[in-house]
Amino acid sequence: MFSINPFAALSATLSPAVMQAYVVVMFLLVIAGTLFDVVHKGSAKYFFQNMRKSKAKGARPLGGGELVSIAVQTAVVDVLASGEFCNPRRRVAHLLGMYGFVLYVLATVVMVFNPAAGAIWAQLWWLGGLMVCVGGYWFWFFIRVDVAAEGNSPFRVVKADLFILSMLASATLGLVWAATGGGAGVWFGLYILATTILFGSVPWSKFAHMFFKPAAAFEKRVTRADGTAENLPTQTRDDPEQQKRHSMELLQNAPMDMGLGIKREAPRHY
Amino acid sequence: MPTFVYMTRCDGCGHCVDICPSDIMHIDKTYRRAYNIEPNMCWECYSCVKACPQHAIDVRGYADFAPLGHSVRVHRDEQKGTIAWRIKFRNGTEKNFLSPITTKPWGQAIPKLADVPAPSKEMRDSQLLYDEPKSIRLDDGGLHTLQAAGLTLKKGVVY
Repeated sequence: MFSINPFAALSATLSPAVMQAYVVVMFLLVIAGTLFDVVHKGSAKYFFQNMRKSKAKGARPLGGGELVSIAVQTAVVDVLASGEFCNPRRRVAHLLGMYGFVLYVLATVVMVFNPAAGAIWAQLWWLGGLMVCVGGYWFWFFIRVDVAAEGNSPFRVVKADLFILSMLASATLGLVWAATGGGAGVWFGLYILATTILFGSVPWSKFAHMFFKPAAAFEKRVTRADGTAENLPTQTRDDPEQQKRHSMELLQNAPMDMGLGIKREAPRHY
Repeated sequence: MPTFVYMTRCDGCGHCVDICPSDIMHIDKTYRRAYNIEPNMCWECYSCVKACPQHAIDVRGYADFAPLGHSVRVHRDEQKGTIAWRIKFRNGTEKNFLSPITTKPWGQAIPKLADVPAPSKEMRDSQLLYDEPKSIRLDDGGLHTLQAAGLTLKKGVVY
C-alpha cells in the first residue's frame, strides 16, 4: 500500500492530462491568491516602506554582504527551523506540519507528472501526509490557544481555521482515499474538494503566511542589525561595554544564562 | 495611556493574558490575537509589555509629556536577567537603560510552593498568612532584630 502510486492507479478512470491540469490550476490559484492578498492588504507596499524608513533611521548602513548573511540566517533559523516560535510544542507541531506539507505536495506533483516514479515517492507522500496529520491534529486539539488556554471546545470553528482545517482535511482524506484502494469514488471526491478549498482559498485563509512570515522575519533581522530594532532596546548584558555599567555591578558574577523566567511554564493560568 | 497590541506581531501565546493583574488582556475569539478588552481599566503597569515574547504590545504615552514621535520600549531578557529600556525623544535624544531583574538563576532562590505541603484546615482558618509565624518570628520574645532572628541582610536583588 505504501509503495503504490495512487495517482497511477487512478489514471484508468481519469486521464493523466486532467490530473496534471488540476495541479497546474491549483498552483496558479496559489500565485493569484497570494498576489491578490498582497495588493489587497498592501503588505508589499508596507514592507518596502518599512525597509526605507529603517534604512533612513538606521545607525549604521548595511552592505550587500551583510544583507545576504541576514537572508541566509532568516532562511536557516526562521524558515527551515521555525525559529519564531517560543513555545517548543508549537514549534515541533509547526515543523511536522511544514515539512509534512512540503513532502506531501512535492510527492503529489512528482507522482502526477511521472506515473512511473519510484516507490520512494509514494512512501514520501504517505510520510508527508502522516506528518501533516500528526502535527496538525496535535495543534488543533491540544496546542492552539483557544483550546489550551481559553478552554474553548476544539470543535468551535471560525474563518481563521480555514487553512489548517482544509490542509488537515486534504491530507486526511488523501490518505483515507489511498488506504481504501484509490479510484474515483466518494473518498476521491472529498479529497479533491478539500484540496481545492485549500489552494483556492488563499485570499481568505492563512495559506499565504508561508510567504509573508519569512519577509517579516527578514525585516526584523535587518532592523536589529542596522540599530533601529523597531525602537526596541539593543543593549544586552553579554556586550563587554555594557558589563562596565554601574547597574550591571550586581550581575558581575552571575551566569550569563539565568534560565527561563515566566517561560518556564506554559501560560495557562487564566 | 492603556496598552494596545500590534495584531500582526502577536502570535496569541497568552503570556499577557496570564500576567495581567487587571485581567483585561484577552485572546480575541475570531482572530486569536491578544487585545485589551477594557482599556480604561488598564493600570499601565507594563507587565504585559515586558512579558510579550514578540514585543507586540505597546503603550501610548500621555500627550503632555510624550508628544508625537516619542518612543518608550522595553525588552525584558529573562535569560540574561536584565531589563532594558530605550527612550527616544521627539528631538532625537535617546536614552538607554539596562538593569538587573534577578541576581540568581530563576527558580533557585524562591520557595517552590508546589513542593510545600498543602495547608491544613486549622491553618486555613487561622488569621496567620502563609509561613507565619515562622517567617516573621512573632512567636519569639524579646527585641526583634535581623541578627536576633538569625537573618542577614542580603545584598542585591533576591527573588
